[in-house]
Amino acid sequence: MTAPTKPLSPHLSIYRPQLTSVLSILHRTTGVLLAIGTLLVCYWLFAVLSGPETFATAQQLFSSWFGKLILIGWSWAAFYHLSNGIRHLCWDLGLGFELRSVYWSGYSVLVISLLLTLALWSIS
Amino acid sequence: MAEFKLPPNSIIQSGKTWPVPEGARQIQRFRIYRYNPNGVENPRWDIYQLDTENCGNMVLDALLLIKNEIDPGLTFRRSCREGICGSCAMNIGGTNTLACTRSIDEFGGNEITISPLPHMGVLKDLVPDLTHFYAQHASIKPWIEPKEIPADGREQLQSPEERKRLDGLYECIMCASCSTSCPSYWWNSDKYLGPATLLQGYRWIADSRDGNLKERLDQMDDAFKLYRCHTIMNCTNTCPKGLNPAKAIAEIKKELVRR
Repeated sequence: MTAPTKPLSPHLSIYRPQLTSVLSILHRTTGVLLAIGTLLVCYWLFAVLSGPETFATAQQLFSSWFGKLILIGWSWAAFYHLSNGIRHLCWDLGLGFELRSVYWSGYSVLVISLLLTLALWSIS
Repeated sequence: MAEFKLPPNSIIQSGKTWPVPEGARQIQRFRIYRYNPNGVENPRWDIYQLDTENCGNMVLDALLLIKNEIDPGLTFRRSCREGICGSCAMNIGGTNTLACTRSIDEFGGNEITISPLPHMGVLKDLVPDLTHFYAQHASIKPWIEPKEIPADGREQLQSPEERKRLDGLYECIMCASCSTSCPSYWWNSDKYLGPATLLQGYRWIADSRDGNLKERLDQMDDAFKLYRCHTIMNCTNTCPKGLNPAKAIAEIKKELVRR
């Protein structure tokens, strides 16, 4: 009578992306990117230690447009992860669960992380 | 573990496009998930076209019109048609809600997509298998375990403040919209209780008449049952009753820290 296994109803492919879920997955993604970015810091420190030639190569790499793009992205990831992390800490205290607060804090975190990135790169 | 792709037997094929009814003036298209458990075919999307001038306001009215006048085979759950039974929970236009409390106009556009509650086994068309969901609900003992039977054999009294703690909890109708909107529940529903069951869990934790608090909290104190909640907030965003499962879960976490 019935087929051997029931089909699974569609999920990711049909569920509408929304601020709640998008910011949540961004938090995770930026966390991973920050971990990977730490390897770049290690590389840079290693370059500092291994003499002027290697250091010059590293500096050249990081000041190229591609290197800069990665650094800007990395700094945004850090600021986003930081500010959204504070948002999570508030939630852990039981604060800011009303839907209006969730949206308000969500958009704030996006704007703040962009502003901080902008500020960092305008003083550097 | 997270399986982002649908298994081979679940991939949705394109199905039949039903003709526009004769003399229709205001046409609204519906793209509806169909699955026949008696066949060997995969699920499919069928397209139905309705004259909204002949149809009631709500999405459920459209489904009933399709069933009555176009395709009697279309299967879905419904009962109260006023948002209190929770039977007609489904994914409409990309989010979970009740078909009976949302108007067709709200979704607008020329096509409204309707599929069963996400990441659930499908019994037929829009009917998901809720067996596991109900078993999880039963596991939190959704009833009062009395502290003591009052000496006069009458009811256990509650102060207005104590009763107030249950507001926003007792209204839950267990429609499963929240749980099936939660990515964490999608990937871990075997062990994670999910927002609906956790909100219900807190409903009994918060009840001043219950004498089982310690056991209830012991049960919740589990890396998977409770702590798979990562405060994604899709649950609160989608609840058709306007409740806040994410806040209820946070309250359980706070109770666990407090003790």
